[in-house]
Amino acid sequence: MQVQKSVLIVGGTSDIGRATALAYAQAGWRVLLAARNEDAARRNADDIAIRAEGNVSVHLLDILETTGFSAFVDSLPVLPDTVVCVVGELGDQAQAQVDLSHATLVLRTNFEGPALLLGLFAERFAARGSGTLVGVSSVAGDRGRASNYVYGSAKAGFTAFLSGLRNRLAPAGIKVVTTKPGFVRTRMTAGMKLPLVLTAEPDEVARAIIAAAELKGRDVVYVRGIWWMVMTIICGIPERIFKRLRI
Amino acid sequence: MTELSGWGRYPRHETELISAGTPAAIPSLLAERTGLIARGRGRAYGDAAIGDQTTLGSCQLNRMRSFDPVSGRLTVEAGVQLADILAVFVPRGFFPPVVPGTKFVTVGGMIAADVHGKNHHRVGGFGNHVEEMTLALPSGETVVCSRSRNTELFEATVGGMGLTGVIVEATFCLRPIETGWMRQHTVVAGNLDEAISALSASASASYSVAWIDCLALGPSLGRSLIYAAEHASVRHVESLRPGAELFPSSRRGRVSVPIDLPPFALGRVSVSAFNELYFRAGVITSGYPFLVPWDPYFFPLDGIGDWNRIYGRRGFVQYQCVIPISAARSTLGEILERITRVGTGSFLAVLKQLGPSSGLLSFPREGYTLALDLPVSRDVLQLLNELDEIVVAAGGRLYLAKDARQSPETFMAGYPHLARFQDLRRALGADGHLVSKLSARLNI
Repeated sequence: MQVQKSVLIVGGTSDIGRATALAYAQAGWRVLLAARNEDAARRNADDIAIRAEGNVSVHLLDILETTGFSAFVDSLPVLPDTVVCVVGELGDQAQAQVDLSHATLVLRTNFEGPALLLGLFAERFAARGSGTLVGVSSVAGDRGRASNYVYGSAKAGFTAFLSGLRNRLAPAGIKVVTTKPGFVRTRMTAGMKLPLVLTAEPDEVARAIIAAAELKGRDVVYVRGIWWMVMTIICGIPERIFKRLRI
Repeated sequence: MTELSGWGRYPRHETELISAGTPAAIPSLLAERTGLIARGRGRAYGDAAIGDQTTLGSCQLNRMRSFDPVSGRLTVEAGVQLADILAVFVPRGFFPPVVPGTKFVTVGGMIAADVHGKNHHRVGGFGNHVEEMTLALPSGETVVCSRSRNTELFEATVGGMGLTGVIVEATFCLRPIETGWMRQHTVVAGNLDEAISALSASASASYSVAWIDCLALGPSLGRSLIYAAEHASVRHVESLRPGAELFPSSRRGRVSVPIDLPPFALGRVSVSAFNELYFRAGVITSGYPFLVPWDPYFFPLDGIGDWNRIYGRRGFVQYQCVIPISAARSTLGEILERITRVGTGSFLAVLKQLGPSSGLLSFPREGYTLALDLPVSRDVLQLLNELDEIVVAAGGRLYLAKDARQSPETFMAGYPHLARFQDLRRALGADGHLVSKLSARLNI
């Protein structure tokens, strides 16, 4: 009998986390949901267990409590085959410009916490000789823009971290996948006017993650291909012009 | 403010639209506002799910809470879609006890409208199968009600159009099925009398419904096809369709109506031609049983996305009445004749036999129900006012989940338990607090 594979979803109460967990469970994986809010995580875990007839457990984790990470990894019932980190905090750019504690929250939630946690798993995976790490980063990290550069710079850091990790661990057979969803219809973007062709549904992101991490073995994935084009154009604009644009 | 309408796209109203992220968030949302009503997927046709001031979207309350595979008992949050329940449980051999004509509805909406299916004559409405529900009351309290606990609240909430509280969770039993196929029998009825007789003769079937060709006139008024069906057993599938998958997968909407069609699209000639083809196809298959997957049998229109747009920007109303058995033949004949005479054609009308009622404001009662779609126009609205008089005179009533235009007088005449319902609403403090455009219009 084949041993059931396991996946840890970090950010198990977010809409993308829920969709990704469900997609893995439906593919027959054991799912570990890590989240800060136990009730909310339990609510998702029960739902996923019913829908997928799967094995789903809840593990408490605060992405800002980095000192607890080692103990958290040790406390898991298994060292998962795959870890997907979907944690993100869009924050409020205007507030982040003037309120250092808010800016710190955005930077730490999008960069420090996810990077340190995945880095820790990378060490365990390297020791085991196998494993896949998926980081949900953002197109906002491709180039800093006036409207969201605090969030964007944290995501840029996360993207660079994943890139380095991939570069280092590829020879050891550890896969590192960077996902850039673009706009996604979730609670984080509720109330925003989003352009239809650029906006993915959470389950679309989930399918893209599984396809990249488990099926096709891609390294960097834009959930909707059109985002690659958009960001290539945006990144190609010379800085002396770009600095005067409002996009 | 957001402009909302029901599935018929008539009427349209401005309302504040908010959303409950978790069940725990509902009491405070409820406490902070008045003139509020909960909304599921917006499949009620008229103004039932538009808040007088605020509309509370429940679609994020979409978690399944528990399931017992032995008894089939399922507990879900109110915003869970029927389509999700079907997708998850049909392949495991379970089917909901009652399904309405579309699967794009929420469980909360199914209870609030006490929806009926093609099996109402056998098993009653959806509310009949709800064992227990959790309700957030205007007072901020959250209570559990069932047939043995908070009984009156339970009876008022089934079919109560969201006017007693916000439904948070519900528990009901799925029934076992051997396959995902329906074993269907088609009977051809040349006129309304034959259709009613055929429905009554097929009352022993689990499911039955008649599709009337609205444009057949004179002696063939009420010409229809009666579809009776059972869930097919494994043996049926093996003999009628050897080698077929036992649980055919739910299809995705393959086609959809991308734009609002212009008015002539539903002209008499095009509709007649459609109906003629539809009817002939039915006649060919009549007489012997054949297998149909559950999805097209129960939800034929769900295969066409946004079909409400065929009626154009002005929208349409669905007229659905129920007439007591004794008066059914003459009254339904008169209604059909009046509508066919105007010739602003519905494609088809649906005729069904209903069993006894359950909730205080539930639509179903023993009799026959007729439902048809009509594009909104001054003439149509005038015609419907006249039909209301016929319905009231026959002791019938109109379905609130379809209604966009009846008068308070018509409503009062059809719903004898209204006073009890209003008393309960006052006692709950729901009066003035939970208000939809429909309840304001009908003085509920």
